[in-house]
Amino acid sequence: MNITRLDKAKDLKFKHQVEEESGQNLSTCYQCGKCTAGCPGAQVYDRQVSQIMHAVQMGLKDEALKNRSLWLCLSCSTCSARCPNNIDVAAVMETLRMMARREGLVQDRPIESFWKAFLDTVHVTGRSYELGVMADYMGRTLRGWGNLEIAPMALRKNKMPFIPSVIHGREEVARIFKRYAEKRS
Amino acid sequence: MKIGVFVCHCGSNIEATVDTATVAKIALTYPDVVFAEDTMYTCSEPGQENIVQAIKKHGLDGVVVASCSPRMHEPTFRRTVERAGLNRYMFEMANIREHVSWIGRDREANTNKAAELVRLAVEKLRRNTPLYAKQFDVTKRVLVIGGGVAGIQAALDAADSGIGVVMVERESTIGGKMAKLDKTFPTIDCSSCVLAPKMVDVAQNPNITLYAHSEVESISGFVGNFTVKIRKRATYVDWDKCTGCGTCTEKCPTKNVPDAFNEDISNCRAINIPFPQAIPKKATINPDYCRKIKEGKCGVCAKVCPTGAIVYDMVDEIVEEKVGAIIAATGYDLVDWTVYKEYGGGAYPDVITSLQYERMMSASGPTGGHIHRPSDGMEPKNIVFIQCVGSRDCSIGRPYCSGFCCMYTAKQAIMTKDHLPDSEAFVFYMDIRAPGKMYDEFTRRAQEEYGVEYIRGRVSAIQPTVRPDGKVGYIVRGADTLLGAPVEVDADMVVLAVGVEGSKGAGNLAEKLRISYDHFGFFMESHVKLRPVETNTAGVYLAGVCQGPKDIPASVAQGSAAAAKVMALFSKPKLENDPQVSVVDIKRCVACGKCIQVCPYQAIEEVEIRGQKKAHVIETVCQGCGVCTATCPQGAIQVAHFTDNQLLAEVNALCLS
Amino acid sequence: MKYAYYPGCSGHGTSVEYEASTRAVCNALNMDLVEIEDWNCCGSTPAHSVSHELSGALAARNLMQAAKTGADCVISPCPSCSSNLKMARYRMQKPAFKAKVDELLDAPTPANADGGADLMETYSVLQAIVENVGVENVASRVTYPLEGIKVVTYYGCLLSRPAHVAKFDDPENPVSLDNIMKALGAEVLPFALKTECCGAAMGIPDVNIPGSLSGRILDTAKAVGAEAVVTACPLCHMNLDLRQRQAARISKKSFFGLPVFYYTQLIALAFGLPKNAMRLDKLAVNPYPLLDKIAERRKARVSAELEAMKAAGAAS
Repeated sequence: MNITRLDKAKDLKFKHQVEEESGQNLSTCYQCGKCTAGCPGAQVYDRQVSQIMHAVQMGLKDEALKNRSLWLCLSCSTCSARCPNNIDVAAVMETLRMMARREGLVQDRPIESFWKAFLDTVHVTGRSYELGVMADYMGRTLRGWGNLEIAPMALRKNKMPFIPSVIHGREEVARIFKRYAEKRS
Repeated sequence: MKIGVFVCHCGSNIEATVDTATVAKIALTYPDVVFAEDTMYTCSEPGQENIVQAIKKHGLDGVVVASCSPRMHEPTFRRTVERAGLNRYMFEMANIREHVSWIGRDREANTNKAAELVRLAVEKLRRNTPLYAKQFDVTKRVLVIGGGVAGIQAALDAADSGIGVVMVERESTIGGKMAKLDKTFPTIDCSSCVLAPKMVDVAQNPNITLYAHSEVESISGFVGNFTVKIRKRATYVDWDKCTGCGTCTEKCPTKNVPDAFNEDISNCRAINIPFPQAIPKKATINPDYCRKIKEGKCGVCAKVCPTGAIVYDMVDEIVEEKVGAIIAATGYDLVDWTVYKEYGGGAYPDVITSLQYERMMSASGPTGGHIHRPSDGMEPKNIVFIQCVGSRDCSIGRPYCSGFCCMYTAKQAIMTKDHLPDSEAFVFYMDIRAPGKMYDEFTRRAQEEYGVEYIRGRVSAIQPTVRPDGKVGYIVRGADTLLGAPVEVDADMVVLAVGVEGSKGAGNLAEKLRISYDHFGFFMESHVKLRPVETNTAGVYLAGVCQGPKDIPASVAQGSAAAAKVMALFSKPKLENDPQVSVVDIKRCVACGKCIQVCPYQAIEEVEIRGQKKAHVIETVCQGCGVCTATCPQGAIQVAHFTDNQLLAEVNALCLS
Repeated sequence: MKYAYYPGCSGHGTSVEYEASTRAVCNALNMDLVEIEDWNCCGSTPAHSVSHELSGALAARNLMQAAKTGADCVISPCPSCSSNLKMARYRMQKPAFKAKVDELLDAPTPANADGGADLMETYSVLQAIVENVGVENVASRVTYPLEGIKVVTYYGCLLSRPAHVAKFDDPENPVSLDNIMKALGAEVLPFALKTECCGAAMGIPDVNIPGSLSGRILDTAKAVGAEAVVTACPLCHMNLDLRQRQAARISKKSFFGLPVFYYTQLIALAFGLPKNAMRLDKLAVNPYPLLDKIAERRKARVSAELEAMKAAGAAS
């Protein structure tokens, strides 16, 4: 393991950027760990949310952005609801997720692919369509076979229609996506 | 008039951004200024000597010092000019540190502003007149509000020095929170064994008058001469007759009264003596539960009382006491922890406060010192302690550290292991704060000798569940931040180290005492470092947690300190008033009486002078607040040293020149 | 009262029973629902995880469509949809954010006096029932009480969080579903995992996440003695019901066999609405044994009451 040279690695610009984009003051975090304690994703995280907060405090950009936890975050906001210092921790996590995507540091391709599959469906039809999202996702990643376990039941109960619902204004929705893509590039 | 001006460098505090030599030079151009110089540290001994010499050498009859805030050194320099033979009110101060050098970096602008402030002080001084204090008598008795350990210590020390003490206690017994504790850290002394003798001393000391089950109704007067009205709340028992035999409490049929002394973990009777060592050991009826008082039925206690002490129709009584000083020692209450819904918000029977746990561990408590969890009486095996519940938590508006929870949690964890050797104690903490004598060693012992598990992290939630054996378990979900992982304990019982705040009603009392208090109900001391026992109201002192969180030895020390302050105050045969009081110009006064109405101190009376009615100020009562000046339609009443003339001269010095 | 109704995408798929029972219950409670014409997906978690502006634009189109209904507010049965629509309106109060969203839309959103977007408020259907209709009115409509079946209520993450945007119920210990269930005649058991996350949509990439989280919720519900779980969220329902066997396997427990109802299905049941207003056939975990139990208890109660009446008549 490398020893971190704090004086060199400290990237205050990064810290300030996270603070500005999330609207949160990270200096008030005193590392009590209450966010980690209540986090439903903690058991699968490779870096705990309180550690990610600390990495941002220290201006350690790589530590804050290069982890799977950002992608495994369930956006349930339990951390924000219970933070003794009123930090919207979930908003910080979401900000880091967006920054990681901008920097090309996405550490969990499958989840990113799932989101992409979901948004692509919305892009094309104007609505999300569970069977389509699942098929798209599985096609892209060759993963998600665990879901086949529930497929028979879902199909038997006719809970996954084969025909997507398509809206009249799908062009309008597609234009939203198009403008968004243009703005990003 | 000959005025001398001294411009202080305050080391580099002022000199760094103010050209003091130039300020002195400019000062020399002001009217009546015959001498001006800059000095390194004006408040130092050579600095003061320099002023004395200058007064003598140049025949000065007034001095201006331009330096720091008058709150800091005005008294110092007044004594200095007095040593040189001037009246202490022939002195003015210009604050060029807090008001100039510390708030601006522009040296030229600062120098300019400093010179202006000196001009203001000079113009004021030119209109000053010598003032002389009057002497008045002192009532050498002290009121101690609150009978916890801090108040007890203050009362005993004052009484030992011969001072009469009036003690007012809200509860029916003195002893405060300490009386509820089982043991004390770091020696594991029995709390009541240490405290009870002191409580007995209070009862037996002829110099102490104790009003228990009483509250301060109102306070008037001023240092040396306070008049206090005390509400003796009805106890429905004639305490002169009650012998504390306890027959009534045994026979009382109403058994469902939450026992406040036991922090509501058990019930008591509607007529009750809180605990065996209570002082005074007298019974009190709780009128909210007594059937005789509520419904007119029952009357058992009156039948069985051997001395006929029961008085069902007793009413509150107001008594008046005269005292010369007041010590507030009202202690604390626990923060309302039920706002923590994630910890059950009070709905989980086996999640209790540390104070409830003390009662549970106490041999004189409701369980006789046996640890049984409240829900089913089971002897707990896994006990989790959560620190900082209601402390250091901005989300519930309690940002401060409650100071002593780390220590009592360590004590309770140790005691748990003593009581239940097979149990496991887990402490969730954020930081261990143990900076007292033998304190850190004590928390180390909890871990090293007793094997208490300390886990660094806050608890996110307590989630009750039912175990396969049908018993309730509490999943405590925390984090071990050192491990960087979430952790859980399946606990049988959870003890919350709930933080403290000023006791209920502290704000109300502060207003009666005319002292300041903060958001959290703690009373404000006069100076955070150098006057921790005094308040900004003369003659009112503080002891114990009412001023801020502190443990028993610190409370006791402050109790003694407050008593010492009172002794010093009473050591003089007479007190001197501050001559900065209102003065009536009888030529202008039309005796409209408005000043009499508005005076908050009842310091103005109506007198007849040569057959004409006039207002008259009782100089030893007047506190110089100036309300009368602002009210008088004739401009006939002025506060000495702050006359309209003097204040306008200051305004003109700034605005006209 | 007239409501612009936003069903949400899952209403056409995994939560048809929620959609059907919501409409039936709203109808029974005289709530006038006007479906928003040609509504689009709100973007859900994927959109706001990728970009607040994109998420805001998808929501804003819906809210502008909603304005055409002439209703007072938008309601949606899905907590995720209502949370997204609420959040978009909340963020777009800031003129700078509104401007960014407007850039993505065909036409800009209308502005209010402060320069923020002038958009309709969104509430969950649950909030509208509790706050506008009132639990007492729900109670007064009950014809077939639930005979004291023991339920736990499960709210999930988003109904009351984040508190400053949701502005509904208590974020830590919500009680709105509890009150409705009590009004229907069920016994609501204390349940500490009311707002604990079920795993949301993470099941698609990794079934272990909702498996273990939902397993814990179901296990605790079972341990405290629940006969059923009541929820208000399609995603929660999928994790607790459709994935219940999977959750048991992943959390190494035996199958819980706990029926999981949408609260609207139980309201419909207690109101005596027709079968197609409940669509109980859509539930994965068989609810019928519990329904039989309710029927048996009702029978026993009614005959006991009749006996008592007879006895009283004989005595007099």
